[in-house]
Parts: sequence; C-alpha cells; structure tokens
Amino acid sequence: MAALVIAEHNNQTLNEQTAKTVTAAALVSTPVHVLVAGENCKAVAEAAAKIAGVEKVLLADNALYARMLAENMETLILSVAEKYDAILAPASTSGKNYLPRVAAKLDVPQISEILKVVSADTFERPIYAGNAIQTVQSPAGKKIITVRTTGFKAAAEGGSAVIENLAATADAGLSKFDSEALSKSERPELTSAKIVISGGRGLGSAENFKLIDKIADRLHAAVGASRAAVDAGYVPNDYQVGQTGKIVAPNLYLAVGISGAIQHLAGMKDSKVIAAINKDEESPIFQVADFGLAADLFQALPELDQELAKRGY
Amino acid sequence: MGSDNSMKVLVPVKRVVDFNVKVRVKSDQSGIDLANVKMSMNPFDEIAVEEAVRLKEKGKVKEIVAISIGPAQAAETIRTALAMGADRGILVKTDGEVEPLVVAKILKAICEAEKPDLVFTGKQAIDDDSNQTGQMLAALLGWGQGTFAHSLELTDASAKVAREIDGGLQTVELKLPAVVTTDLRLNEPRYASLPNIMKAKKKPLEEKTPADYGVDATPRLKVLKVSEPPKRGPGIKVKSVSELLDKLKEAGAI
Repeated sequence: MAALVIAEHNNQTLNEQTAKTVTAAALVSTPVHVLVAGENCKAVAEAAAKIAGVEKVLLADNALYARMLAENMETLILSVAEKYDAILAPASTSGKNYLPRVAAKLDVPQISEILKVVSADTFERPIYAGNAIQTVQSPAGKKIITVRTTGFKAAAEGGSAVIENLAATADAGLSKFDSEALSKSERPELTSAKIVISGGRGLGSAENFKLIDKIADRLHAAVGASRAAVDAGYVPNDYQVGQTGKIVAPNLYLAVGISGAIQHLAGMKDSKVIAAINKDEESPIFQVADFGLAADLFQALPELDQELAKRGY
Repeated sequence: MGSDNSMKVLVPVKRVVDFNVKVRVKSDQSGIDLANVKMSMNPFDEIAVEEAVRLKEKGKVKEIVAISIGPAQAAETIRTALAMGADRGILVKTDGEVEPLVVAKILKAICEAEKPDLVFTGKQAIDDDSNQTGQMLAALLGWGQGTFAHSLELTDASAKVAREIDGGLQTVELKLPAVVTTDLRLNEPRYASLPNIMKAKKKPLEEKTPADYGVDATPRLKVLKVSEPPKRGPGIKVKSVSELLDKLKEAGAI
C-alpha cells in the first residue's frame, strides 16, 4: 500500500521535521504521501511536493484545520486512513496531540517517538527518558507512528509530487481555538538549529540570559534552557530542552550553568558535540560533555564573546 | 453538570519507578530491573490529582475518583491520591505491561459508568513515555481534549486550557465533558499530611479486573529487547575559553 506522513507547518512554511518523517516513512512503506491540513496553506503543499520520494500531496485547506485541533485532525486523517498501511507524524506537540486519537479509533496500538526503523515492522524507541531503548515489533495491520525527528536525516529536495485536494470533514464541534502566545525570535528554531546554547539556573536571572543571547547572535545559534531556568521564570517554557521539553541534536550543544539533570540530558545527549561551562567541576554535565570548562560563567561568557569577536564571528 | 460544586472528576494515576531512581537494564535485555526499586505515582498524574483537589477546594468539584490500572500494589498509588484529597478509588488489577490503548478502553468503560465531567491525567507516564492514554480516551469517548495543560479555567459547560506547545502557548476551549492532560507547570502538587494519610485508609477503594469492563488486556506490541542507550566517550577538560574555541573549531562544531 502506501505510507501517509502528516505535515508539520504553520500554514506558511513547511517545518523541516516533515522531510525527516518522510525519510522514516519510506523505510516502513512506499510510496509516501503527505497530508497538509491547514488554512491558506497552498505554499506548504507546494513545498511538500518538492520533497524527494513523495508521490502525492493531499491538501485539506479549510478553516477547520487552521490550528490543527486534534478532534478535527482525527476525522480528517480517518477519512483517508484505509488507503494506507502506515500513518506517521513528527513527535511534535502537534503530532503527539492528534495521532493517538487516530490510533484509538483504528484500534491500533501507537508506537511513539521512534528513533530508528530496524525493519518495516520493528522500531527502536526511548523509554525512561532515554535511559533505555526499547525494540518493539508492531502486530500485522496498520502502523501508527510518531517520529523523533532528530534520529532521521531530512529527505532531499527534488521531488515533483502531484497535489490533490482533500475534502474537509464535518466539524467535530468539541473544541475551539481561543488564542495563541508564541515566542517571537529572529534566531533559528531550537529543534532545527545547527548550534544550540542553553542556560541553566546558574544564570541567576532573566537579565543574565542576555549573556547567552550575545553568544547565540555571534554563532547564529538557537537559545535553550534547562527546566530549572524555565521554572525560575528566566525564559518562557518553549525554551526548555529535556525529556518533557524539546529534544535537540545539533552539531554543537553548549550548556552554560546547567548541572545536567537526567531529564535535561535526555533532551540533548544525541548532539554531535557537547560543550559545557559550569563552576562546579563535579557537575554531571561534564560526564557527557566532549569539552568541559570548569569556570564561573559570569567571567567565561564575556570572555567568550570577546574571543569570538576577535576570531571574526 | 452545570452549577458550582456539582462536577465529578476522574483521575487515572499510574504506579511507576520513582523519578529519582536511575533505572538499570536487565543483563538479558528482557526489560528494566524493577526488583527492590522505589515506586511512586507518575509525577504528571500527581499534578492531575492536585488540580482536581484544588478545584474541589474552590467549590467547583464535588467528587474526585482516583483510578489505577496495574498490579495489587497500585492500591498504594490510589491511597496517595486519596491522601491528597480524592474521595474514592477504583483499582483495576492487571499483571504485566498494559498498553495505553488497553488503559484507554478500560477508562472509557469506567467513564460510561461514572459519567464524569472531566478526566484529568498526566500527559505521559515517565516509564514508557508513550504520551497516548488521554488522547486515546478522549477519542474513544468522542470528547474534546486539552493536552499538555499549563493552566485551566473552568466555567459551567466548558474548560479553557492553555497548552504548552512547541512555539509557546495555545489556548483552546473545550466542551464538557472533556479530557485534560497535565504538563509540568500546571501546579505544584502538595505532600499529603499524616492525618490525611490516615484518613485515606478509610476511604472506599473498589477492586476490579479488565474483564469486568469487557477489555482484553493482552499487549499487542511485541517488545523484542530493551537495551542500554549508546554511551558517549569520555570528554576532555579545557583550561580556558580560547582553548575551548580551539577544540570546537578542530571538531568542526563552529
């Protein structure tokens, strides 16, 4: 049959997690189709059609899907589900929200946050905050899967899939969008940035996070935070890297003033290079860091800023 | 449903390895070693219990029913919820792993019998990290859902839930009855006081089995093995900021 990938987007641009999920999907079943559900999101469908390996894009362009509310996403996905033997979505807060509803209605156990496709019916996924890896085999029948996209390379561009309009389903009438408060930032997005610089409780205040921002600007990095820093109110919740926040795997992860609690490590330990600056030499963060600097961050960060400037960053 | 002090809330709670325990993978890769390991209520479920108790204290909720699906010892997890302020408990006894869809099916049957206005539960259990049960339950019941709740506002016929999403916060309005799954910042759960722990021992706790609800609890996913995650090699300590930058440059990281 075929695999269906549910696109992650904001009605204007296609999120990179979609192309990564396409890579995972192609290992489970081919051809791969992509469903773009949203409002005034034709540009997103056109971008999805360019992903190599995508044969068809289904476009459900309707106000009902503007915010991808789970209840309406459920009925929309179910309206095409019989044509697919696998349905995959990125394990974003959006995918995690709607996909279990689809699995439940299809009476299929969902496989959450796969890291690796071992074979078409066998997958690796993290349990206990990534402290163990479970290898699970799906029963015969449909597979409903969310994908931890840091484990997969984005499918290249170069495709030319057909775009087909998909009729909207009736409004479930169970929920309504009220409002949204999104953090605005000129910086790259945490989950797709090449470099991430995160601050922890060691920063001591929201004001001091500016020290992190300065370095991030020089390196075109995204800014993250530990749960402790978020709970202390230094930065908004969507900065949080960790088991219950965002999972990141950049080329470089620089942890500043972060002790390295298990739940934080779960969100960044797959980064290619990890560097850490922390006053306490015994901090667990140094056990996962490739390069560790035991130093007072209030001296080290301004120094780092100057040194980067000197080197032309 | 409707006026103050008339709502009923169901709170499913799971017994899991305590969040402070560093888990060990069994040497035969058959699973996690649970022998002599401290078990506690899933932290996200504690937040769910706390939210229900606060609404009861505010006079919005009349009755809180704590439910656990698991081994006989899950009765202790229910007692914890009762000590925090839940009114009665239902233990659905099972042996071995129970998949989220099975839990959702049992909870659906309980909801049909109990007719709650709201179900509060943790967004995920910290053992299997599935993040499915609340959403599956909502779908099976044909209810709306507010997942990853950051704050909650209750009116007579609806709930406004601010949700923690990747870009910030999204607020949705749900028609009741509905399912709300809790995120970290919804509240800080209380510790049960000793008098309340004593009182909890006298609160009613019913025992059931999945068969009582007509649900087959057999897992359908086959766990082939559980292994250790790949370990990172030991790193090096650098002495200065400029040495750090040299090393990062060498590694191609900047």
